[in-house]
Amino acid sequence: MNRTQAFSLGLRSVMPMLLGVAPFGVIYGVVALQSGIPALAAMAMSSVVFAGSAQFLLAQLVGAGAPLLLTAGAVGLVNLRHALYSASVAPMLAHLPRRWKILLAYLLTDEAYAAAIPHLMAVKPDSPQSAQAHWILFGSGFGLWAGWQLATLAGVLIGAQLPANLGLEFALPLTFIAIVVPMIDSRARIAAALAAAAGAVALAGMPYKVGLFIAAMAGLVAGIAMPRRVK
Amino acid sequence: MNLWWLMLVCGVITFAIRYSFIAAEGHYQPPTWFRRLLPFVPIAALMALTAPELLLVHGEIVLGGSNPRLWAGLVAIIVAALWRNTLLTIGCGFLALYLLQRS
Repeated sequence: MNRTQAFSLGLRSVMPMLLGVAPFGVIYGVVALQSGIPALAAMAMSSVVFAGSAQFLLAQLVGAGAPLLLTAGAVGLVNLRHALYSASVAPMLAHLPRRWKILLAYLLTDEAYAAAIPHLMAVKPDSPQSAQAHWILFGSGFGLWAGWQLATLAGVLIGAQLPANLGLEFALPLTFIAIVVPMIDSRARIAAALAAAAGAVALAGMPYKVGLFIAAMAGLVAGIAMPRRVK
Repeated sequence: MNLWWLMLVCGVITFAIRYSFIAAEGHYQPPTWFRRLLPFVPIAALMALTAPELLLVHGEIVLGGSNPRLWAGLVAIIVAALWRNTLLTIGCGFLALYLLQRS
């Protein structure tokens, strides 16, 4: 696998998610304008912060006139789960120069990570492929970044006239299902999946998506706590 | 002006979270249990993101016929388990959602 193939693999893998992300981007643009954020700032937010649910929260808190520290803290909490993705890909990026690490960290969203991780995990460490594997993550990250910018732009410019409620957002959970289900191949992984799912549903009422992070942690613990089958 | 500062602070925080472990790699010696957690990250994180989308309607658990997303999601889970094909999974999930919402 050369770098072009790796990049296009990442790009192709993230494409179905753009279907689900695009409506979110459009709605974000509309919500940002409604919160009194100027169009230019709303667009810049998509590059500077580049985090879907955090940008929604930001727009709401700005609209409500919340203080800076509270808003920044809330955005940090909402994005806390990205630290898990960082830990997950860190060993695979260890050999890269710093500029690559910075670029890939900037692009590390739920969707880019989800699209790339099955392919990254399939690459054996120290194999010839592993030297180019980061191009997969760059492909999925770039694809999502470009799609998010376009969707935000559409929301800011045409906004309310675009058809909403087509149900396209459902593409996101469906793609996550397509990625996760084939990965669940052991008792430990079943335990991790069930604990994370149950935790996320039970803690969905917690503010700033903290429940999501706790549920994911519960999934990790359930995974290693599960005794391995004795043959 | 305040808005641009806020944006910058939030951008830095978001980036710092995403960069944290990537930057620290090679500069610290994580305990072995930490490395054993990592293979479970995709499953745990993506299940946590997905389950509420299927089970919750306006924050309440809804299991009956009035929650078509749950049943469409279950169709997608079965299709994904049997055929391991992303586009087929998404297609069947949307088809199920469409049929359930019509009925």
